[in-house]
Amino acid sequence: MVNEVVDVEAVRKDFPVLQRKVHGRPLVYLDSAATSQKPQPVLDVMTRFYEDVNSNVHRGVHALAEEATEAYEAARGKIARFVGADPRGVVFTKNTTESINLLAYSWARPRLREDDIVLSTEMEHHANIVPWQLVQPEAGFDLRYVPLTDSSRLDMAAFDEIVSTGRVKVFTVTAMSNVVGVINPVAEMASKVRAANRDAIVVVDGAQSVPHLPTDMLALDADFLCFSGHKMLGPTGIGVLAGRVDLLDEMQPFLGGGEMISNVTLEGTTFNEVPYKFEAGTPPIAQAVGLGAAVDYLNEVGMDVVRRHEVELLEKAIPALHSLGRVTVHGPVAPEDRGAAISFAIDGIHPHDIGTIMDREGVAVRAGHHCAKPLVRTLGSAATTRASFYIYNTLDEVDALVDAVEATKRFFDR
Amino acid sequence: MALDDLYQEIILDHYRTPRHRSADLDGHDVHVHHSNPLCGDELDLRLRVADDKVDGLAYDGDGCSISMASASAMSEAVIGRTLSDADDLAEVFRLMMHGEGLKREDDLLDGVAFQGVAKFPVRVKCALLGWMALKDAIATYRGGSQEHRVTHE
Repeated sequence: MVNEVVDVEAVRKDFPVLQRKVHGRPLVYLDSAATSQKPQPVLDVMTRFYEDVNSNVHRGVHALAEEATEAYEAARGKIARFVGADPRGVVFTKNTTESINLLAYSWARPRLREDDIVLSTEMEHHANIVPWQLVQPEAGFDLRYVPLTDSSRLDMAAFDEIVSTGRVKVFTVTAMSNVVGVINPVAEMASKVRAANRDAIVVVDGAQSVPHLPTDMLALDADFLCFSGHKMLGPTGIGVLAGRVDLLDEMQPFLGGGEMISNVTLEGTTFNEVPYKFEAGTPPIAQAVGLGAAVDYLNEVGMDVVRRHEVELLEKAIPALHSLGRVTVHGPVAPEDRGAAISFAIDGIHPHDIGTIMDREGVAVRAGHHCAKPLVRTLGSAATTRASFYIYNTLDEVDALVDAVEATKRFFDR
Repeated sequence: MALDDLYQEIILDHYRTPRHRSADLDGHDVHVHHSNPLCGDELDLRLRVADDKVDGLAYDGDGCSISMASASAMSEAVIGRTLSDADDLAEVFRLMMHGEGLKREDDLLDGVAFQGVAKFPVRVKCALLGWMALKDAIATYRGGSQEHRVTHE
């Protein structure tokens, strides 16, 4: 049975690192948008894999090889179900960044021409900007960005205008901003893009949304969905490209080597079927198994419950930060419009100083451009301070955040 | 490793009451722009040279307290010195920040207070920004140029 609300204290017991202290104070970990912590079941599954099973996948006939393959493919199935994808369309990569690079190189580069537009947005993480820039000179397409409004949302009028050209072949957008938390109307935008050009594909950067929101590729109307394991309670080194099997079938491989072939002669190679065509070399096996366990963990809590818990944290944190003097909270105020990554500024105090002082209070936040320089620039700054929450954060930790902000102000005003 | 090592009162004083911080400098001979793209610190430094000496210096920028306070302390320490002497002092400061000993303690003036920053490796480049801009301004001037932009990796 799925719980209505999360028992945060029980959840916290599953995360060993949350028990530690930092500078003599209990750790208040508010940097999950950068990477999440890992629960004991995920750690255990990976340790057990190395202790009891460890073998390479797909090629062996011995018992361990079969068990390893089974565990690896079972993880693929769980992850596919988690986002409503066909398991054959679930490609294991290193991270979201690699997934987007794969699409830029294997889908966009050989297909797009000068008349085509790749439409990204100014809200994107660099991972959804730079890969397109890298292939742009060769393919010659027009790389455009949906601008932002003053409230850090996508400018839908500008979007409509670019889409109305009918030239958008790739629309690539984050489902949730890693800086200002904005949740984008992906499905609505996708349908407009398709209405204007039925050959267009829709790519969704789900690095922030998949860990925090119930996700269904069909509901998102996405052809491809990219996300990372380490932001959703899984290990580093494993990411996912989930996509339409027919499109993946037509694509050239991104990396070449072992595993991705069906036959190799010195003259040429025939490629393996999807998804293996895109998984050259020994894949991150234990990491895939770990991500499968992370998906189990999230399913057990329930993604609706995860989201509800974060809304509850936002309902407290946003007004609390807003009420503080000299503090500006970027992005939407209403919790339903946003995820639990909150960027803020304290007038007259640089984010790096804020981050350092808050660290001494035990509060781990991130300071900088969050790999989204174009967006951060629109906030009128080179950097912000970001507090980001997850399933293991408590309402008391919102108080700790507020206290740390006040302590920072006192420190520089003394 | 206490927070006060990083934010000594002298440093906070320079942060709150910056010396020679200005967006312009009358009759400057060289202007350099330095940035730390990873943390977003930006610094403009203008230098006026007379008789091969630092006749005037002004800096301005957008950065953390350490970077701005360090530039402020630097300006006090080098105005009036010959270019070679100022350049040498910048090297002394750089070595101090990398934990390679302290020389010319008296000449660094308040710059000595930044010794504690060396214990916070991620902040060392903040403290160095102004001094590296100074070295570059001197080299740019000597090379006969008036403008130089540097991005620190």
